[in-house]
Amino acid sequence: MLRKASHHSRVWSQPASWVGFAAFILVLLVQPQTALADDDRTKALFNELRCVVCQNQSIAESDADVAKDLREIVREQIGAGKTDSQIKTFLVDRYGEFILLKPVLSWHTALLWLAPALFLLFSVLLLIRRFSSRSVAIDDRLNAQEEQELKSLLKEKT
Amino acid sequence: MTVELGHMALILAFALAIAQSILPVLGAARGDSRLMATGDVSSVGICLFIGISFAALVWAYAASDFSVVNVWQNSHSLKPMLFKITGTWGNHEGSMLLWVLILAVFAAAVSVFGKSLPEKLRANVQGVQGWMLATFLLFILLTSNPFLRQVAPMEGQDLNPILQDIGLAIHPPMLYLGYVGFSITFAFAIAALMEGRLDAAWARWVRPWALAAWLFLTAGISMGSYWAYYELGWGGWWFWDPVENASLLPWLSGTALLHSALVMEKRDALKIWTVLLAILTFSLSLLGTFLVRSGVLTSVHTFATDPSRGLFILAILALFVGGALFLFVLRANSLQAGGLFAPVSREGALVLNNILLSTAAATVLVGTLYPVLYEAATSALSPTGEGAKISVGPPFFNLTFGPLMIPLLMAMPLGPLLAWKRGDLLGVAQRLMFVLGAAILAIILAYGFIEGGPILAPLGIGLAVWLILGSLAELWTRANFAKTGLAVGLRRLAGLPKTAWSTAGAHLGVGVMLLGIVMVTAYETETVATLKPGESVQINSYEVRFDGLVPANGSNFTGQGANLAILRNGVEVDRALPSKRFYPARQMPTTEAAINAFGPSHLYISVGDVLQDGSVALRIWWKPWVTLIWLGTIIMVLAGFYSLSDRRLRIGLPQQARKPKKADAHAA
Repeated sequence: MLRKASHHSRVWSQPASWVGFAAFILVLLVQPQTALADDDRTKALFNELRCVVCQNQSIAESDADVAKDLREIVREQIGAGKTDSQIKTFLVDRYGEFILLKPVLSWHTALLWLAPALFLLFSVLLLIRRFSSRSVAIDDRLNAQEEQELKSLLKEKT
Repeated sequence: MTVELGHMALILAFALAIAQSILPVLGAARGDSRLMATGDVSSVGICLFIGISFAALVWAYAASDFSVVNVWQNSHSLKPMLFKITGTWGNHEGSMLLWVLILAVFAAAVSVFGKSLPEKLRANVQGVQGWMLATFLLFILLTSNPFLRQVAPMEGQDLNPILQDIGLAIHPPMLYLGYVGFSITFAFAIAALMEGRLDAAWARWVRPWALAAWLFLTAGISMGSYWAYYELGWGGWWFWDPVENASLLPWLSGTALLHSALVMEKRDALKIWTVLLAILTFSLSLLGTFLVRSGVLTSVHTFATDPSRGLFILAILALFVGGALFLFVLRANSLQAGGLFAPVSREGALVLNNILLSTAAATVLVGTLYPVLYEAATSALSPTGEGAKISVGPPFFNLTFGPLMIPLLMAMPLGPLLAWKRGDLLGVAQRLMFVLGAAILAIILAYGFIEGGPILAPLGIGLAVWLILGSLAELWTRANFAKTGLAVGLRRLAGLPKTAWSTAGAHLGVGVMLLGIVMVTAYETETVATLKPGESVQINSYEVRFDGLVPANGSNFTGQGANLAILRNGVEVDRALPSKRFYPARQMPTTEAAINAFGPSHLYISVGDVLQDGSVALRIWWKPWVTLIWLGTIIMVLAGFYSLSDRRLRIGLPQQARKPKKADAHAA
């Protein structure tokens, strides 16, 4: 589990290695899922598919017979060289969209997927309106109580 | 006889609640002190009667009185006494009675502890609580009466076996204390809107109640999570299950409320927003109750076949939420906006906190309700009446909720260091340089020393370190050890207000929790093996050896356990006995996982199929640092309690004029 990291300090002092590191992360982020090892792919797919008879379990978690069958189907299809989306389409044709724990992005789920962004946008707009209309003059003056406190503080100091 | 007494007491409580709905509010409107004072008496009376009623139901459960339908449906004479008693609230009727009992306890608490509240405000608060008590008591009496009798059958139908657990004994009451605790802040918000008066003093009264509700809710959610972890048998700690989401929603907006109430108390700003949050938080609690209790979540169809309860709660929801929001719209404009502040300031940081938390709450709300609404909409449109079903599961929430939390967590250490009104971001950044350095160091070390796991996981570890050390930064800078030396620094630390400590503690708890989440999500390993007696399997640095099957029976179940030895480097370090149980009364099997702790990490073992030849299928997980998840929440709760013990927050105590701190004067 442990690995030596002695050369790190030298390497990390060069700007080029930072750029390379950033590029490396980027590549990992954008690379298609098929590049993952088959084992990780299988696991990731299991987690995105619902055990259709269970309360709220993915087929990765469930011990139900249906989940076992579904796991077998997914393994077979991956073995046959199908892509993730082909496997999902196959399962949706059989079981309906209910099987996808991650809903597709389509017109009937647009509101669902866009909700966070819309809400965030709405609150940011509200905020901008508030600050542009009112914060022109920030009230930095002290109120009576603060004035009093300041005086007593100054007195103690001297 | 006892059961009838309980029933009678419930009816009496309802009658008193009707009186409390009318008299104090009428008194407040007329300025009649005697009418207003009735609220003090009636709220204590209601609490007493509901208490008697609840005690009667507990007695019926303890005595296994199967002539009571509710007891017959949910209990069994062979069940252990502890689970007989906790079974009282393991079903719909009993849990609603507990819900309303807690509502009554909080209403009585306002009367007992709120003596120093302005008379009118107190009367209006009591009135609003009276409305809630009356409607929920009516709901219980009409649709969910736990005291109905029948000709006594010989034996009960038993409680769902997965609910027969000590975790369930404490988890729902905690959760309800949180849910219902927000009824007080709601009542205060409505009372303030009715009176049209809202000032910093209001926020000072509201904040301790919000804090109390928040810490019970935090504890309740955390316990629920731990219960699911060990009881459901596959080692998950959060499932984005609709029922869990229902409790997370008020937690998110309640956390926002706690922070905005702080701004209102200290700076007299964000008033309107704070009142809105107080209303929304309890509305989400009510919504959670509706979602869980109406059965609408499991299927729209179960809701449609027996809609009486669901429709009743929906009506209560519409009445209170709709009414409150209507009142809010009418009155919000008449409330004066308070102190001004620059975008970069303590207030600004708390606004950011509020925006991100409420966006997160909105996301969870939409994700939870979308499948239900979608099915309802499509079934209304289709000629067959059959709705289309979609699922919104963990992948959706991880993709949307996660990115909202990251900026929130990154900004968290900055907030407490910023000054009120106008902050100096550069100065704060300078003070956090060491923390940032430590976080970057942690990331580099994680990349260097941990093999495997997702490529972004070390960044998560860095964020956790940033949070943990950053939370302590405020204490550190205020103690100023470098300039003042150890002795003065320590004295200063001791002299800091409790709120500074509890802020640091609560934020530290979040960091600890995050560290646990990142570690277990990224580096968990799992193995499945079928073992004959004597065989073993390797996971992480441990070896699990199967020593044969042993019987594991209880008073109301039969079971089989796998006798396991856990070895490290060939030496036995622990034993485990995961088992499968069968409850004959409900014809239900359950899985009892074995959890062996090694430091903060767990070896989690559950039994699958037992085969004819005596071999057994085992599913084993190595869960690194998983305990930190709950340890973090415990730290958060303790910090909350500590803050609540602050004299300045003590409910009803008159506010002392702030005196300059001795330690500060000394240093100057």
